[in-house]
Amino acid sequence: MGAPFDLSDNNVVVIIGTGAGGGVLANELAQKGVSVVALEAGGRYLPEDYTQDEWASFGQLAWTDARTTSGDWRVAKDFSGLPAWIVKAVGGTTVHWAGASLRLQEHEFKAKTTYGNVAGANLLDWPITLAEMEPYYDLAEKKLGVTRTNGIPGLPPCNNYKVFEAGAKKIGYTKVHTGRMAINSQEYDNRNSCQQSGFCFQGCKWGAKWSSAYTDVPRGEATGNMEVRENCHVAKIEHDKAGKVTAVVYFDKDGKSQRQKARVVCVAGNSFESPRLLLNSSSSLFPDGLANSSGMVGKNYMRHMTGSVYAVFDKPVKMWRGTTMAGIITDESRHDPARGFVGGYEMETLSLGLPFMAAFLDPGAWGREFTTALDGYENMAGMWLVGEDMPQETNRVTLNTDVKDKWGLPVANVNFSDHPNDLAMRKHAYKQGQAVYDAVGATRTFPTPPYPSTHNLGTNRMSENPRDGVVNKWGKTHDIDNLYISDGSQFTTGGSENPTLTIVSLAIRQAEHLAAELSKGNL
Amino acid sequence: MSKKKSYLSMNRRELLTHSLALGASFAIGAGFVASPNAAWAVEAKFLKAPTLAKLIQLARDIYPHDKVSDEFYVLAVKGYDAEDKVKTIEAGIADLDKRAGGDYLKLGWEEQRVAVLRQMEDTAFFQSIRGGLVTGLYNQKAVWPVFGYEGESYSKGGYINRGFNDINWL
Ligand SMILES: Cc1cc2nc3c(=O)[nH]c(=O)nc-3n(C[C@H](O)[C@H](O)[C@H](O)COP(=O)(O)OP(=O)(O)OC[C@H]3O[C@@H](n4cnc5c(N)ncnc54)[C@H](O)[C@@H]3O)c2cc1C
Ligand code: SF4
Repeated sequence: MGAPFDLSDNNVVVIIGTGAGGGVLANELAQKGVSVVALEAGGRYLPEDYTQDEWASFGQLAWTDARTTSGDWRVAKDFSGLPAWIVKAVGGTTVHWAGASLRLQEHEFKAKTTYGNVAGANLLDWPITLAEMEPYYDLAEKKLGVTRTNGIPGLPPCNNYKVFEAGAKKIGYTKVHTGRMAINSQEYDNRNSCQQSGFCFQGCKWGAKWSSAYTDVPRGEATGNMEVRENCHVAKIEHDKAGKVTAVVYFDKDGKSQRQKARVVCVAGNSFESPRLLLNSSSSLFPDGLANSSGMVGKNYMRHMTGSVYAVFDKPVKMWRGTTMAGIITDESRHDPARGFVGGYEMETLSLGLPFMAAFLDPGAWGREFTTALDGYENMAGMWLVGEDMPQETNRVTLNTDVKDKWGLPVANVNFSDHPNDLAMRKHAYKQGQAVYDAVGATRTFPTPPYPSTHNLGTNRMSENPRDGVVNKWGKTHDIDNLYISDGSQFTTGGSENPTLTIVSLAIRQAEHLAAELSKGNL
Repeated sequence: MSKKKSYLSMNRRELLTHSLALGASFAIGAGFVASPNAAWAVEAKFLKAPTLAKLIQLARDIYPHDKVSDEFYVLAVKGYDAEDKVKTIEAGIADLDKRAGGDYLKLGWEEQRVAVLRQMEDTAFFQSIRGGLVTGLYNQKAVWPVFGYEGESYSKGGYINRGFNDINWL
């Protein structure tokens, strides 16, 4: 039977969330003839709905339901109710994302083996290797149309990139280019080429940037095997006496509670909501939450070592013109403990519009030191620093039972403090970023603190041993045979690369696994 | 901005006769604040006029941009002139005056005023005014050109043919 599916249809795979993980998984399964119901908390917005206005777009797309924060990260002080900057909409955060699409490196899948024992860090090797991932990275790069793969040319250099490249070369960096981007440098897969409009973070109005919102989701729906129910917030996953999951309970667009039966449940709500849902689904059989016999649900939260460097010059740059993030230096993404830390980091061009620059350049700052920086906005160039941060058990998502969302459910509290390795890496990255701009005549540079997290990883991590994590190498929970995790919360460690290409590759791989298991009758 | 026609059309001489106080920055009258040259005027409906004037000065002292005219600061704070906000704002400004030795506007140098603000930057009042200004001031589309920012580009076809790569000094 095809979509739409009945609430009592217990043959469907229910997927929670339609972002990088969920949206891709849903389509991949639908293409293979598997019946899918995807439940998405947010509404549906397409390129014609996106708005090139930073705050208006934030209001339209961002997840602003209550969350709380703790720990010594500055976000807890400056943006206490907004630990992450992510999307609540069909397509999830792939509507916001900038499109940087990088593979993790071989050694990054073996963080524990490569870095050894790092005090205070809860490092682990992934239960999969780069070699196992390569075929799926190939498929993901084709799906997303990543530049500099499959013969697709790189994007043309914009003003912000030109400053970045000139500085990089002056200080001796050799691996600098306009990035591997899921942004069309030429028409591809029925999507336009990039018009350099500079609002990649607000949803691409040309569809030049890949997003599951207007690719995988509608294509999956077109098969007749997939139904997306938007504005449906999943509150709980139910199970039977044997401990197999049987249904999900959600609040529909009218606020009515509904129960969808399920053969398999795949959770892809991003790294706060996925563990929150498992924890909110506790029962007498699973008093600590679903799939939590290891106690690892919600733990080992990673957000990448991040930070930015902006610089002002004596002449105009106009960085807002052109792609938000098409530029990368990869020289520092190697593992080289001689620098005083393990793991590496990427340097990537980044521009913000004036309204966001005012909010994020130095949150809380005021007076002339701050305003003279903004006075130089037209002459400003910028980069983002993104590196591997250490998993720590104490960095974790827990339920805050004192604060409830509009459904009466305890919200996620996100506790985070930097590891000394993260701090050492950030310091190094600031220094190098400032050197890049100083080399081309910056008159002032700004080592800018991390924004609310855009990369959220690790809170249901993959592990070989069920004791160390929540899911196995297929994303299947160690405890429950028909419960899967399908988003960035699976990451065992973060690597230095932006995570989405890996999330998409894992989703393609998981779809293949699930379809095979279903047809063998194993699920 | 709610510019009151009668005040707006005042010339400088009329303004002087209506003003109770005329400082370097503001002409303050019964129920209005204006610029001394009558370029702009704003009605104080709920707040005392001097309170509104101090709020405007406070906004500029928090985020001083010499090329940004008063109108933008007025617009950024005028939402505080509302019935449900009067109490907090009057109390906050009274505290500001007290810390300033009586009258915030009498401190002639920005440096003197900033010294006062440094003492109160952790108060809820200061933080809520500052926080509100981040969007109240910088999210005004009309102020963007002062900073060179061009805003949306979709309606003009992006920057692909409008200078996305026009930097010429590297
Ligand atoms: C500004 C910005 C720029 C970025 N740039 C890049 C980049 O250049 N490269 C890169 O690799 N990554 C980038 N990222 C990160 C990238 O967007 C995320 O890594 C990726 O989208 C995460 O995928 P996900 O499937 O884990 O979650 P998401 O894509 O966030 O999807 C989760 C979905 O689940 C839904 N959901 C959550 N809870 C529930 C519930 N209870 N019931 C129903 N639905 C629910 C949410 O509404 C959401 O739609 C960026 C992110 C941001 C914010
Ligand atoms: S710069 Fe390119 S990818 Fe970014 S929003 Fe504009 S057209 Fe889309």
